[in-house]
Parts: sequence; structure tokens; C-alpha cells
Amino acid sequence: MRRGNIIKLVALVLFVAVAVALSIKPLVDPAKGIPLGLDLRGGVHLVLQAEPNKNGALITSDEMDKAKAIIAKRVNDLGVSEPIVQVDYDKKRVVVDLAGITDPDKAVDILKTTAKLTFRDPKGNIVLQGDELTDARAGQGQDPNQGFIVNLTFSSDGTKKFTDLTTKYIGQQIGIYLDDKLLKNPEVRMPITNGQAYIDHYATLEAAANDAVLMRSGSLPVSMSIAEKRQVGASLGIDFLHKSIKAGIYGLIFIFLFMLVFYRLPGVVADFSLIVYGLIVLWIFWMFRVVLTLPGIAGFILSIGMAVDFNIIIYERVKEEVLAGKSLRAGIESGFSRAFITVIDAHVTTFIAAMTLYYFGTGSIKGFALTLGVGIIASLFTAITFTRFVLRLIVGISPKLETTWFGVRRAI
Amino acid sequence: MEEGHPATYDEVQKIHPLYFNIVKKRYWWFALSLLIIVPGIISLFMQGLNLGIDFKGGTMIEMTFKNPANQAAITDTMKSVGLLGPSVQMSSGNTALIRTSALDQDKQNELMTALQTKVGEYEKTTLKVDLVGPAMGQELTRNAFKALIIAIGLMIAYISFRFQFVFAISGIIALLHDVLVVVGLFSLFQWQIDSTFVAAVLTIFGYSINDTVVIFDRIRENEAKMKRGDSYEDMVDKSVWQTMHRSVNTVTTVLIALFSIFILGGESTKVFSLAMLIGVFSGAYSSIFNASQILVEIKKHMKPYPIYE
Repeated sequence: MRRGNIIKLVALVLFVAVAVALSIKPLVDPAKGIPLGLDLRGGVHLVLQAEPNKNGALITSDEMDKAKAIIAKRVNDLGVSEPIVQVDYDKKRVVVDLAGITDPDKAVDILKTTAKLTFRDPKGNIVLQGDELTDARAGQGQDPNQGFIVNLTFSSDGTKKFTDLTTKYIGQQIGIYLDDKLLKNPEVRMPITNGQAYIDHYATLEAAANDAVLMRSGSLPVSMSIAEKRQVGASLGIDFLHKSIKAGIYGLIFIFLFMLVFYRLPGVVADFSLIVYGLIVLWIFWMFRVVLTLPGIAGFILSIGMAVDFNIIIYERVKEEVLAGKSLRAGIESGFSRAFITVIDAHVTTFIAAMTLYYFGTGSIKGFALTLGVGIIASLFTAITFTRFVLRLIVGISPKLETTWFGVRRAI
Repeated sequence: MEEGHPATYDEVQKIHPLYFNIVKKRYWWFALSLLIIVPGIISLFMQGLNLGIDFKGGTMIEMTFKNPANQAAITDTMKSVGLLGPSVQMSSGNTALIRTSALDQDKQNELMTALQTKVGEYEKTTLKVDLVGPAMGQELTRNAFKALIIAIGLMIAYISFRFQFVFAISGIIALLHDVLVVVGLFSLFQWQIDSTFVAAVLTIFGYSINDTVVIFDRIRENEAKMKRGDSYEDMVDKSVWQTMHRSVNTVTTVLIALFSIFILGGESTKVFSLAMLIGVFSGAYSSIFNASQILVEIKKHMKPYPIYE
């Protein structure tokens, strides 16, 4: 019995140590690890609100879908990795998350532009609609003096109209407008009859590409305003991440010390269980792709403080049982079964709060509620299975264990 | 080993070197709570809470200039683009926190360009911009109240189901006490609140009742063992002391976690951790000194229960 338990304990410690060592890499892997929120890696979170139509007509879900598709298209053309575009049909919103973007302001400009593309004559009359344009691509001009260009392709109908236009206004300028904003005002040098035109003299390829995106993605069916924007610079996000990791580590160390000083041997068990607890929670995050936000990390650190609660309740109960004359082993058994009811009742209430918060919260608050909720369940699970198992192993080593190791002073 | 027996009231008193009768002195505790809550409530009515842009709507820009910047220069620049009454806060010489009304993208670009030319170059990688439309702010406030009411309802239901309705009422009163302490102090000192404050208040809601429930659980257990002629007050006092170690130690671990977030976690989680620190501390106090005492008070007035002084 005695030797067997010691071997089991040593094996368990080694097993957990190996699990921790093997977990670090996959969990923090930038690509496949626990996904980090925009506030931790920098980026823009945008909530675009569809404005009610001017004629009072309701915005249909179909229009929202179209708006989403167009925004998604523009986002993809920005070249952002893993963009997220979601629609909230009830509130008529499109939510866009762009991580690790270098110039968020420009991205916002491009995304929210209603962008009804029109071609206008020198007097400002609309002479051709944007829907006649089938494609617009950025490229490099054949002549180096041209700089970068946007190649335009028109539909067959548009080709005819464009032929007429370019014949009529030769030597003059045809304005290309997005909504009422002049995008480019190129001069017509010759009649264009094949439906293939280009606009030249862009300073950079990027500028040409931005215009091309706006021209080919067409107009949004509804006009959009920014209801919310959260923009965090990349290095600021990393700074937040480092700070919260530091806070977590120090919090953990002091909780470890506290448990050790107050509960001695069971304190060691509690600390050991805490490591297992942390591992379980992080793997759950990893498995369900829970996005870790700044408030989310705060929730996790808080849950570490709460997770030891189960241990404290049990140890206090065990102390009482032993003081009342029970043996250590019997004390642990009855302590566990009695404390279990207490713990369930106490944690259900916290869980209720976390779930309500998850349901009503938005954005990063949801992240907090989720980590807190996951933390509560994981701490219950760890305490019932792991902590109890280890404590049983320890008292099984010898029936004559010093009760002072358990912080019990039998003074009476 | 002799046959064990559950600890008696005397034994419980002997174990705790700091023992004093908590239940008997209950009116002192109630008074102490009121002393903190009443000024808070008055302040709430007089000056309300200092609402951040998450509630009111607006734009908040945190930017770090490459060279030390002058607050007056920033304010002047903001005026030059037509932003009246903006608030600018400087920290560590280079970093400015600008709060203003909700700016659309064009206006923001205009401001940033003006700042760059008139005040100086800034670091793009440490730029933080928050824009909240007024409609979103109202939505947040509405949702916060909804969440609070639903959480109260669910908790009353759960505690009534697991204990008794009187326990639920006592627990909820202690809980409202904690929320009032936090909200009141934030109003008194006019600390600015953001959306994480809502999360903190709701978490305090869930967590502080946790402490109370552990004590109630012991009262429930001891109540079942009460003999004829036993004093309800003494039984409650015994229960409070039996769970004292646990109450204090659990709160200590949570406070350790919160202190490390407060001190090391950076600016963004300061409001959250401060609210939580106050709430958890108040929660521990109200669980030990208020909740069970309110229970005694209600039980005493409810029916001619055999309570002997």
C-alpha cells in the first residue's frame, strides 16, 4: 500500500510536469495556439450600422447579406489575414474584425464607403453608371512614365456607351466619382472602343489597388455609419499581453505561497491542483478556439483566485472533522462529501452571473464572462477528480501521518 | 482515538483567539454599512457616475508622440479643427489621452493630420482609438440593467429552491449592499467608468453571494441539529465562526489575484480590478457581518420563534 502510493504520486507529478512542458508550445503557437483578441495583437474592431433608408423602407436581410458580401470582398482585397465579417440581422449591423493591420484608418475609409460609382461629363452630369464596369484591376503601366494604373473592363453595353463618350469628350476630362467624391479625373486621349480602358499616374501600387477595390466591389445597398470602432496599435497589444501575463504569474506565485503557508501539505496539493486546473482551462480555450481578450485574461486570473476556494472549503472541513476526533482518512472522506454540497451551491450563483453576462455582454465582456464560466466548471472538475485522488493517495501512504502536516493542531 | 462529536458553541469560541459575538453586535455592523452606503447614494443622486465614452458615446485617442509633446499645443490643434471643449490628459510626457465627441472617420483623419503637423510625429504602432456611437452607449446601459435584474431573479429562485425564501432575501440585501458600496464609491470619487465596470459589478454580484451561501450552508446544517431551547442567534453566531477561516482565506486568494491585476495589469483593466477589489472586500464583509444578521433579524420578526437571549 505504502510504496505503491508513493510510486503513484511520483508518477503523477512527473506526468503533470511532462504535460505542462509539452503544452506550452502548442498553446502559445501564434498560428494554431489559443487565438488572441484584437486588443492583444492589434487591429480594428468595427461595428457598421446600416442607416435607415431615406424613403422609410425597412432594410431587408437580403440587403444586409449583400452589404456583407461587398464588405467581405473589400476586406479580402485589403490583404488582411483571417478577417472576420459577421452580420447581425436584428440590429442591422455588420461587424468586421481586422487583425494586425498596418493602416487601420485607410481600411475603415475603404470599408464604409457606400461607393456608388459614376462617370460624369465635364459639366458634372452622370453619363455612365458604375454597374457597367465589370472589372477593375491595379497594375503597372507599360510605359514607366505612366506610374501605376487601374485597368478597367466594361460590359458590352458599357463598351458601347464608353465608345460614344470617349469620342464625344476627346481632349476633355471624364470624372470618376464614388458617391459625390471625385476619385479620378482622367483626360480622354483617344476614343476607346474595345471596353478596355485604364487610369494612369498613380503614385503607388497600393493607391491604385485601393481605387480598384472600390470600383469593382460596387456600391453598398445601404449606407453604413460606424457605430463602434476599437483600434489598437500592434505593439500596444503586445504590451497589454505581456502586462497581463506578468500579472497572472505574480498572482499565481502569491496564491501558491499563501496556500503553502496556511495549509502545509494540503497546500502543496492545492497548488498542484491549480497547475492542473490552469492546464485544463487553457486546453479548453484551445479546443473551442475561445478568443482570449484582455478582460478575458483578467477573468482567468480571477478564476485562479476562486479555484482554490474548493480546496479551502474542503481543508477547513477536514480540519473540523479531525478536531472532532475523526481519523485523517475518515475526515477527508466526510469533508469531501459535505463540502461538495457547499461548493455546488456557492458556485452555481457565480455561474449564473457569468452566464447572464455572456448573454447580454458585447465584445470583450463576452470574453470575460466566457473565461469565468469555463473557469468555474473546470475548477469543480479538477477538485472532484484530481484533488480528491491525490489526497487519498497521500493519506493512504501511512495511517500515522502527522495531522500537523494538515495544519491541524489538536490542542483540546 | 475517542469517539468524535461535532464541535459545540464553546469549542468553536475557544478555537478562534479573536472570538467575539458577531450576531449580538449586529446593529453596529448595520450602522457601519450605512455609514459607507448613504454618502454614496447621496452622491449618486447629486452628481451621478462619471460615465466614459462606452456609455455616452465619443472618441478616445491614446497616442504617443516621438518627442515630448505640449498639452496646450494639442488643445490648440484640436480647436483649430473645430473641436470645442476637448479634454486632453498627458502621461509620461509623450503620451496623450484625448477625449472628445464621436468623430467620423474624415474628422478623425483631419485631426490626426493636424496633430502630426502641428504637434509632432506619433508612433502608429502604439495608437489606440476607441469610437463609440451614442446609440451603442445607450444599448450598453440598457443591457447592463437587464442583465442585473435577470441575475437577481435567477439567484433568488436558486437560493429559495436550495434554502428558504428568507435566506434568499437576506442574501440579496447583502448583495445590493456590495453593489451600492462599489457604485457609491465610484460616484463619490468620480472615477470614470467603462464597459468593464458593468462586468465587474455583475461578477461581484455572482461572487459575493458565493461567500454568503457558504455561511448559509452551515446555518442550514446547524439549524437541522438544533435542539429545543437552543438560541437561533447563538446557532448563527457559531455558524459564522465555523466558516470564518474559509471566508477570510478565500477572500485573501481572490484579493491576491485582483491586486496583481490592479498593480501589474496595465491601464485598461484598472477600472475593472478596482471595482472588483472594492466589491470582493465589501462582499466578504457583508457575508460575515450582514447577511446572516439580516437573516436573524427577519426570522425574529417573522414568527414567535423560540429565540432566547
